[in-house]
Amino acid sequence: MAEHPVDDKKTQKTDKNMQIVINISLKEGVLDPEGRAIQHALAALGFDEVAGVRTGKRITLDIEAEDVERARQRAAKMCESLLANTVIEDYEIEVADS
Amino acid sequence: MRVAVIVFPGSNCDRDMMVAIEQITGRRPALVWHKQDSFEAVDLAIVPGGFSFGDYLRCGALAARAPAMEAVQDHAARGGAVLGVCNGFQILLEAGMLPGVLVRNRDLRFVCRETCLQVEQNSASVFTSHLPEGTKLHIPVAHNEGNYFAEPDMLAELEANGQVALRYTEGSHHGPANPNGAAHDIAGIVSANGRVMGMMPHPERAMGAGHHSADGRLFLSAALEALAA
Repeated sequence: MAEHPVDDKKTQKTDKNMQIVINISLKEGVLDPEGRAIQHALAALGFDEVAGVRTGKRITLDIEAEDVERARQRAAKMCESLLANTVIEDYEIEVADS
Repeated sequence: MRVAVIVFPGSNCDRDMMVAIEQITGRRPALVWHKQDSFEAVDLAIVPGGFSFGDYLRCGALAARAPAMEAVQDHAARGGAVLGVCNGFQILLEAGMLPGVLVRNRDLRFVCRETCLQVEQNSASVFTSHLPEGTKLHIPVAHNEGNYFAEPDMLAELEANGQVALRYTEGSHHGPANPNGAAHDIAGIVSANGRVMGMMPHPERAMGAGHHSADGRLFLSAALEALAA
């Protein structure tokens, strides 16, 4: 993996345990056939106030990091290099100290 | 013609592809396990179909980051030819070796049937360069995520560069021409230099003798011949 150097991040005593929640969703404009099928099913049950459904996935990471900002940076790197396909997906990162 | 077939946990067309290539060339391809970070020099590296790593996260996402794929990228960077079929196509896209992405089929159903393919004339593809003008191929697909997507700018660029090599066309006996909703009816594309190709249909499943079609053999034979030329 020489071309993709990952910071050699060793756990330090000062690191805190944190939970990162990553929400991945299809970009606006990318067709979500699953969302559309769910919308149709909701309408069939009488929930016809639903004007649109978008699906996505949630990934929860338990990590150790020195601070929230650092954790957020690392999570963004993970999203860009693996967790999301940025051709069609957006991601949002939430960090919670625990 | 030396060929390598890359094997991941969950690949299931690796052996079929190996047999298909051996039938044509008389020489058995090397099987390369995904953990190998290099392989002996070959003329063509094939990334076969299947469900690598259980399709976890996204189809092809985990396989695309395997050590063997770094070796495939090095091989391509030296001008080596690469063919990805079905999950192999998904892997090449996830690895960034080809543009775009394959998303869920339009009808949210796994599609497993014969399709009819138009071989695009004047495409940049080396793989199809020896097929006669107007060739149509009957080759089956079997996938859940074969719906090719790219931004409009990228699609225009692919068309302008002749990077669309195979397109679904009328002639299938089993349903609408386009089985999955793919943009521009795209079934297969190539890199700008024409030497990296990804396609959803399975040529190794149309080898004649017990298969419903021998057009996969025709496609692979012509591709190997063109690559050897």
